[in-house]
Amino acid sequence: MFKLRQLTTITTPKKYLLLFVSFLFSASLFAQDGKALFTANCASCHSVTKKLTGPALAGVESRWPSREKLHDWVHNSSKVIQSGDEYAVNLFNEYNKTQMTAFPQLSAQDIDAILDYIKVEETKAAAATAAPVGETQTAADNGDQTLLYGILTLILAIVAFTLLYINANLKKMADDKEGIPATEPIPFWRNKAYITVFTLVLFLIGGYLITDGAVGLGRQQKYEPHQPIFFSHKVHPGVNQINCQYCHIGVYQGKQATIPTVNICMNCHMAINEYKGEKLFNAEGKEVDGTAEIQKLYKYAGFEPGKPWDPSKAKPIEWVRIHNLPDHVFFSHAQHVNAGRVQCQTCHGEVTSYNEMFQFAPLSMGWCINCHRTTKVQFESNGFYSMYEKYKEDIKNHKMDSVTVKDIGGAECQKCHY
Amino acid sequence: MEKKYWQNFGELNDSEASKKAADNEFREELPFELSDKLFKAPTQRRDFLKYLGFSTTAAMIAASCEMPVRKAIPFANKPEDIVPGVANYYATTYVQDGEAISVLAKVRDGRPIKIEGNYLSPLTNGGTSAKVQASVLSLYDTARLKFPTIDGKEVTLEYIDQAVGTALTGLGGAQVALLTSTINSPSGLEVIGQFLAKYPGSRHVVYDADSYTGLLLANEANYGKRAIPSYNFAKAKVIVSLGADFLGTWLSPDEFAPQYVKGRKIDEKNPAMSKHYQFESILSITGSNADERYTHKPSETGAIAVALLNALTGEGAANISDAKLKAGIAKAAKDLSANRGAGLVVCGSNDPNIQQVVNAINNAIGAGGNTIDWSSVNKSKAGVDSDLAGLINDMNAGRVGAVVIISSNPAYTWGDSKAFANALKKVKVAVSLNPKNDETTQLCKYVIPDHHYLESWGDAEPKSGFVSLMQPTINPLFKTRQWQDTLLKWVGAASDYHTYFKNYWLGKLGNETAFDKALQAGVVNNASVNTSIVSSIADTLAAPVRALTGNAGSYNGGGVTAAIAAIGNLPKGGDVELVLYKKVGIGCGEGSGNPWLQELPDPVTRATWDNYVIISPAMAKSLLGIDLNNNAHVDAYEVHPAKDVVKVTAKGKDPVSLPILIVPGVHPNTVGIAVGYGRTDKLGKVAEGVGKDVFYLTSFNGTSVSFEVPGVTVEKTGDTYDVAQIQTHNIYDTPMGNRTEVVKELTLAAFKKDPEEILNDREYETRHYGGLESYEKQGTIYPYYDKPGIHWGMSVDLNSCTGCGACVVACHIENNVPIVGKSEVKRFHDMHWLRIDRYYSGDMDNPQVVFQPLMCQHCDNAPCENVCPVSATNHSSEGINQMAYNRCIGTKYCANNCPYKVRRFNWADYNGGDSFPDNQNFSGVGKLDPAVHVMNEDLTRMVLNPDVTVRSRGVMEKCSFCVQRCQEGKLNAKRESRPLNSGEVTLENTPDVQTACQQACATGAIVFGNANDKNSAVSKVRENNKLRLFHSLEQLHVLPNVNYLAKVRNREEEAVSTHHEG
Repeated sequence: MFKLRQLTTITTPKKYLLLFVSFLFSASLFAQDGKALFTANCASCHSVTKKLTGPALAGVESRWPSREKLHDWVHNSSKVIQSGDEYAVNLFNEYNKTQMTAFPQLSAQDIDAILDYIKVEETKAAAATAAPVGETQTAADNGDQTLLYGILTLILAIVAFTLLYINANLKKMADDKEGIPATEPIPFWRNKAYITVFTLVLFLIGGYLITDGAVGLGRQQKYEPHQPIFFSHKVHPGVNQINCQYCHIGVYQGKQATIPTVNICMNCHMAINEYKGEKLFNAEGKEVDGTAEIQKLYKYAGFEPGKPWDPSKAKPIEWVRIHNLPDHVFFSHAQHVNAGRVQCQTCHGEVTSYNEMFQFAPLSMGWCINCHRTTKVQFESNGFYSMYEKYKEDIKNHKMDSVTVKDIGGAECQKCHY
Repeated sequence: MEKKYWQNFGELNDSEASKKAADNEFREELPFELSDKLFKAPTQRRDFLKYLGFSTTAAMIAASCEMPVRKAIPFANKPEDIVPGVANYYATTYVQDGEAISVLAKVRDGRPIKIEGNYLSPLTNGGTSAKVQASVLSLYDTARLKFPTIDGKEVTLEYIDQAVGTALTGLGGAQVALLTSTINSPSGLEVIGQFLAKYPGSRHVVYDADSYTGLLLANEANYGKRAIPSYNFAKAKVIVSLGADFLGTWLSPDEFAPQYVKGRKIDEKNPAMSKHYQFESILSITGSNADERYTHKPSETGAIAVALLNALTGEGAANISDAKLKAGIAKAAKDLSANRGAGLVVCGSNDPNIQQVVNAINNAIGAGGNTIDWSSVNKSKAGVDSDLAGLINDMNAGRVGAVVIISSNPAYTWGDSKAFANALKKVKVAVSLNPKNDETTQLCKYVIPDHHYLESWGDAEPKSGFVSLMQPTINPLFKTRQWQDTLLKWVGAASDYHTYFKNYWLGKLGNETAFDKALQAGVVNNASVNTSIVSSIADTLAAPVRALTGNAGSYNGGGVTAAIAAIGNLPKGGDVELVLYKKVGIGCGEGSGNPWLQELPDPVTRATWDNYVIISPAMAKSLLGIDLNNNAHVDAYEVHPAKDVVKVTAKGKDPVSLPILIVPGVHPNTVGIAVGYGRTDKLGKVAEGVGKDVFYLTSFNGTSVSFEVPGVTVEKTGDTYDVAQIQTHNIYDTPMGNRTEVVKELTLAAFKKDPEEILNDREYETRHYGGLESYEKQGTIYPYYDKPGIHWGMSVDLNSCTGCGACVVACHIENNVPIVGKSEVKRFHDMHWLRIDRYYSGDMDNPQVVFQPLMCQHCDNAPCENVCPVSATNHSSEGINQMAYNRCIGTKYCANNCPYKVRRFNWADYNGGDSFPDNQNFSGVGKLDPAVHVMNEDLTRMVLNPDVTVRSRGVMEKCSFCVQRCQEGKLNAKRESRPLNSGEVTLENTPDVQTACQQACATGAIVFGNANDKNSAVSKVRENNKLRLFHSLEQLHVLPNVNYLAKVRNREEEAVSTHHEG
């Protein structure tokens, strides 16, 4: 029961965030396409808010005189530089005369879509800084309350024990006064009532612990192993705002989100060979040298800085697997992230704040089912659900207000087990 | 309906044992004994409980201590088109001895795991056969040769090339012979041409174990071409087959079955269908599908052909004494002449004279240009037996210096295999390029194993103008090399075969884009592919590529009179004659190493893992004293797997002792034995010790090999031998004691007379609940549940089902259904989720046969669900009867309560998935056969479908409507934000969900989809076939989501059930 309460408190504010985000998304269809285009074309060198290989793109429109000029720049930047545009030349020089890849295949609409997306992202970033960080607080509160209840129970137990003792003493004194012969006092460890109560309490606590332990067998919530390379999500999707999908490419199509292959890492790390950000600390509080970790990657990739990289020399990195579902469970990332539009954070937590990755959710069946019971499907926006005539009718007649995953069979055995 | 259906003789007679068997699905007692002594009890149960307690505690403690550390290892460099967990499909071609079928290989994470038909092929339209389905497992066959050898010792490819090269140059002018089965690969034939040119005086000998010499030679005599024309069964209104099993094993069954079924589909508004006469000696699946079937001795085939010709043209003489046969011939002749230009006669005989008479018949009925088309010839069989006989002579005479063998195995399939083996010894250089260590390869000094077709490049032209391309779907697993590469290496070609093949087709197709497109489509032919490809190759391919012109060929009947005379002089048959037939799965032995094909029940005998002598009920009585009208006899025969062993002796040949199976519909004086068994023990544990070889009983008469032995003696030996037949599960009695039929069937005449017969039957059965309309809601005390969104439904057309078994194998592969081995099938522990029940009805000597594919019916009011104590089986809102394996505790209540008997229980650890070591050799549950262990090796396990759980011992399992495909289809629709597409399968439309059985079916008998969608294929089939639609055992109110369309037989009268009177 207790765990459940904790879960709901965590999910509620998240849902508001989710709603807010989906509102932002639906606000502009262009932004949707723009996101895909941005991820596919720009994200390897640009972030919206951070300076990467290229400049941060937030406010890019305000820096350029017009969108047309920007179109030219994206289509062929060297042409713009040659034309002697002052801002362009300065930019070129500022970035060590690194030329931006030309994208002649992007149409004017495509670029506009990307720009629209950047605008949306800007607002989102602003909103995010403004939004209060309530969850960790709530979780902490919950922990405090446990302690509070425990202390309270202990105090009450001591009070009850003292009162009983006083009562017994008083009775003895009263008996003495009235001349009733006192029976030989039984020490409390031989008192049957005490023993019974003690056994009962022991049985309950023991039973609870065993059941709880047995239920938790094979679950690895909070599992945070050391990885061959200290990869910090806080640095990548967090500080540098790299889209999750840029690395986890399978998440939209397949069962597995997929762990990025070495060549994906090298897309950026060919250029980024040292870590200059905030100090990094591992779970034990030891400082980690980011640049040394990048060197480890180079070792796997068979890359020596300054020399051209031969990808065929790369060796795969043997990461320690954190999220393990039993073999008899069918789970598809595509189903959840693509069809269901579930945010990564719903199951993986605020990944952008983690250094080394850990398992955020219990990944238990109860946890899955709870979510399926409460999560609403994209009933209106996804064309698939147009087949559910009866639900459409019921919503119209106010018999039901929304369609949850459970309503479309999400709590049935063969949704996941086959 | 009055007609009685029976699957075994006990059922026909209502014998005591058969009733008992029907009551008790799980026949064996539990292996426990009762005892008073607690600690000295001989039972395993208490020990078991003691150990259970201890081990559970121990396991809990052990498990809670530490979780294993698992690794997640991504690619170093991800190939662009691979997304882990997402399957890719590649078009390629299944090739086996000239048989070539366009297929798609489902490749999951680099492993081909399933074969589907290629819809772009106009020959099969996406159909497959059991052999094609099972072929993916032969890629992971542990018995494949893994490296080149010289005298059995491993060598490198370079070394063997050099050795063979030296050997070939040192022949001193003696000729080199290339011995192959039919090869119809255009580029492959060019490679062979290059090889022959490099070694002057060398020759290419084509030898087919499954010989069509008679047909080829007859056509040479009558049409001037040693070739086989295209047959079009779809156009034929009257089909007469003289022993040709064209739906199962004759020539190109995968092409013929869909054609045949096209003529058998019933349009309810205007019911009409083709009429199929079958004259045969044993009961084949083609005969089982026939409208009228007549039995005769195999030696009478010629006389029947002549009599038919006589009835049509007056040529020859009608020497048929049997009255039934005579009437049958007259009837067939009448129908043939009434349908001139729309008749087709085919004959399975390998005698050129008989085939000439058949040609004369086809000429007389105007089949040429209509049902027989010479504008495109069937290239799947080209071997002429005398070529091999000539080669053997030359080898003996020392004229042959080297033999290179490619996918040919005469040391096993040639009747006088010893003569071949001896002749081969006289050849200096014997090279085998066969993929396995078969009988012939063992005799060869040099062996370079061939790739599996899923590892090869290539092409095939099974019919002129219809080319199917091959591309590898996996890197070669072993150090093998495809034979084209080997030959190219030996002729010193500059390029490998891949380049050669590509250049060949670039030349034909014009440019790279066209080539890529053709490779992607897998086919190059006259229809359905991008027209630009077609037009560009139309002029370059020798054969016509555009629509078939309906060429009648130029017929010359000059030789027919002589042929008739020759037939008259054929040796007269003895008292008992023998037919050597092929099974749909095993063929001429190519399927014998494949456990899926071994465990596929023979469509007619329902037997697995053996060959046997099939005899008629009459012979059973006269020879073995088994009277099938006597219940005691029937029970003795039916209930135990032990069958009498008989000795079959042909003149001048060693006798063969095999068990008998009584098959009604076998001619009383004929016995049949399947070829393809009794293989060498070097072919792996699957084939080892299975059945006996009977190829040596075939005889070569100077022209062609005969698979019929005119005079044999059959003697009782007194021994018995266990044959593993599939249990006959259907037996169903209602609590009221009425037997209820599971199938419905009627004649075309009856259907025309009273089209609503079945509908009225159903109304009558449900009359107490207000008829069909209100049956669902009125017939139960349970509440009515809504079916929002999707409601899966399946329809099976019994008129289209030929009983071939492709679906059974496809289901095995898709759903990781285990192989249980002969010893377990014998105990009725077979695991087939989908079985094809075979029902006999009518005359015991020549019954009518109905095939009914039976899988879980996914009842909306399922009796199994109510009785599960742990709710392991329950219903989904989409109408699927779900199994949660992890919940199942194995009470088997559900199976007991299932009226269809489609639930299968994992009696033993067939998959080797349990964590207990040696669990498969535990005598308590049965020592499993070696074949089961073969399926559990690391290599074979690569074929498992990762989307489906591998079930452990002790759980119930059954058809899931391919729920993994349903979920995937739904996900795809959701991702594309559109309603589920469950329309018909056409070239333009691929529905989101097809079950494995549906996709495998060559004839489109199975239709699946969302029954809530009015435009779905299944809804349309149900709407258009209201009069034939029925649910099996509908009156039980189990509300199945599977419906059947009744079988309609093109007959006038109803067959009457008669007991045997002889």
